[in-house]
Amino acid sequence: MMFALAGNQNSGKTTLFNQLTGTRQHVGNFPGVTIESKAGNIKGLKDDQVVDLPGIYSIRPYSSEEILTRDFILYQHPDALINIVDATNIERNLYLTLQLLEMRIPTVLALNMMDELNGSGSSIDIEKFSDSLGVPVIPICATRGEGIQELIAQTKRLAQTRELPRQLDFCSPGPVHRCIHAVSHIIEDHAERQRIPSRFAATKLIEGDNILTARLELDNNELDLIEHSIIEMERDCGMDRNEALADMRYAFIGELCHQTVKKGEHNRERQRSMRIDRVLTGKYTAIPVFLFVMLGIFYFTFNVIGAWLSDLLAAGIDALARLADGALTVLELNPMVQSLIIDGVFAGIGSVLSFLPLIVVLFFFLSVLEDTGYMARIAFVMDKPLRKIGLSGRSIVPMLLGFGCTVPAILATRTLASERDRKMTILLTPFMSCTAKIPIYALFAAVFFGGNSAVIMLILYVLGAALGTLMAWIGSRTAFRGNSTPFIMELPNYRFPSMKSVVVLLWDKARDFIQRAFTVIFMATLLIWFLQNFDVRLNPIQNGEQSLLSGLGKLLTPLFRPLGFSDWRLTTALISGLAAKEAVVSSLGVTMQTSMAELPNAIEKLFSPLSAFSYLVFVLLYTPCFASIATMKKELKSGLLTLLAVVGQCVFAWLIAWGVFSLGSVLLSFY
Amino acid sequence: MTLDQMPLLQEATIIRTDGAGPLRLRLLDMGLIRGTRVTIQKVAPMGDPLEINLRGYSLTLRREDARFVEVMPL
Repeated sequence: MMFALAGNQNSGKTTLFNQLTGTRQHVGNFPGVTIESKAGNIKGLKDDQVVDLPGIYSIRPYSSEEILTRDFILYQHPDALINIVDATNIERNLYLTLQLLEMRIPTVLALNMMDELNGSGSSIDIEKFSDSLGVPVIPICATRGEGIQELIAQTKRLAQTRELPRQLDFCSPGPVHRCIHAVSHIIEDHAERQRIPSRFAATKLIEGDNILTARLELDNNELDLIEHSIIEMERDCGMDRNEALADMRYAFIGELCHQTVKKGEHNRERQRSMRIDRVLTGKYTAIPVFLFVMLGIFYFTFNVIGAWLSDLLAAGIDALARLADGALTVLELNPMVQSLIIDGVFAGIGSVLSFLPLIVVLFFFLSVLEDTGYMARIAFVMDKPLRKIGLSGRSIVPMLLGFGCTVPAILATRTLASERDRKMTILLTPFMSCTAKIPIYALFAAVFFGGNSAVIMLILYVLGAALGTLMAWIGSRTAFRGNSTPFIMELPNYRFPSMKSVVVLLWDKARDFIQRAFTVIFMATLLIWFLQNFDVRLNPIQNGEQSLLSGLGKLLTPLFRPLGFSDWRLTTALISGLAAKEAVVSSLGVTMQTSMAELPNAIEKLFSPLSAFSYLVFVLLYTPCFASIATMKKELKSGLLTLLAVVGQCVFAWLIAWGVFSLGSVLLSFY
Repeated sequence: MTLDQMPLLQEATIIRTDGAGPLRLRLLDMGLIRGTRVTIQKVAPMGDPLEINLRGYSLTLRREDARFVEVMPL
């Protein structure tokens, strides 16, 4: 059997999903939309599956998440629906419930966070509550796994008996009631033909759901009748159609809660959250705290834990590679095959795995930020400056992570609520100079700018961020104009994250990254190896200059002349940099046939300080690496858009570097 | 008076919710309808957005959007 899980954001839906399924989850895409779906078998039940629908507050045709929920329930015919409701925020959560109940499928209400509710001295008369809503209500505590077994049992029972929600009429007699019933009556036949519950269709029609209206294939006469009865309702109750229906739902909820919910004297969790917020969103403390938290995450991810794990993994792979190398030498294998295995295969696996610790550690912190409720506060605090460039507060986190590594930064855009913000932020993160570029800056800055290295590095970082901001500003006024979703967001109470959810998420992210990025990064590494080791006639090369890669570098060299550098070895290094930015410096070493110690002297002859700076600007702005391209493609879910982004980055880098070089040349000519 | 002009921590009742398109629907869905009690709990450090309390939970919205909510202080 197949069950659907629906509920508000912050209602503990993901935690419940993890409790129901454990780690036996699989990610897929809902048909026709770019939103990811998660489905999993219920623990211990091989044949019963639960699908996690996106967290929503209402069912309107304006966001893809809401359309998806509606379509899934209407057209995929789940056997039963589990609606999770946060008992501590019951009024607003029930608003969605009332709409779900109109869809007429067997529904169980999972009343979450009952421990918190009881802890603050409140209580709910479950029996009366369940009776008024006409559906079974199971009190649960998702974080502790309480009530889950009963929830599963009830859901299964309901799915087997096909027992539908009993209560339907949430409207007390009056204009709204009359209107809904009149419209229901008019569309009944059409709705039946489309197998859409007529009550649901009627309320959505009144609310102006065009997609549904079109589907019902009503004739003009019927549409006129409907419009007439809506106008009558608006006149009689003195509200427009949307407000009238929202008012009807909240009025029913108000009455229901009045009769069944006993509010305690004090709300402990809320008061605690408000105390915490005195510091975390306080006037003078909020921004320092935010910077401190980001710095901490940065430090731990890229310096302490992540780097340590990365080094450990790298050492492990190195050791394995050496072992294999030794074994292959003993076997007297063809040197070319041996090079393929060691420099190609092992290097490929190594470069994929080197990202893994960063991703896992970073997502540990991100999920803690999200689950505790602090992420919503970050959006609250940082919204004002980001709005100026057409984004909202949440985008600040992926953008800052971009200074560490573009790959996890792009993955972090998952935490953004709207598709538009997500796309914009993904395109923006590569402008933040990642840590892998530091060795290149360091080498060049030391050679050409000596004592001013730090200043040059700072200029590069600021330049990247400033250009990114500028592009976002332009983007929000051109390609991404107009369709921003309203920034109206809940600030949930602070909560301890469920460690189980965190672990499931980490496992998910790691697996996901390996599955999807592995092939691309691995193939790219093999390709670079091939280009490095063979010449145009596909013969193994004698020295570096003959290789296909160098040939390609030579071919592209004239393109870079306007930027102030025209040596094939520099272009070749840029191509190697696509595999990983670390490869730029090592590639220079190889093609110049010098040791790393001699490299500074060697490159000094190839540049003037200005052309060296122009080279660095190009390095700063052109496509980060194959891993980031693979991640971008995965998150944008569009090969074309990714290709455009990659080409765009290279062209943009060229233009800016050219601008810097030309302007610099003009300025220098005055001295 | 509109919601964005309300003094901090002053309780008020919503009289009208205006605005256009998805914004208004979102306001209504989140429970900002006539008769609902709201208070401004906090203003973000840079002066915007606002944090408001209603129906036992906290919501954040921008000043420019809060202008569409007409209230009467209690």
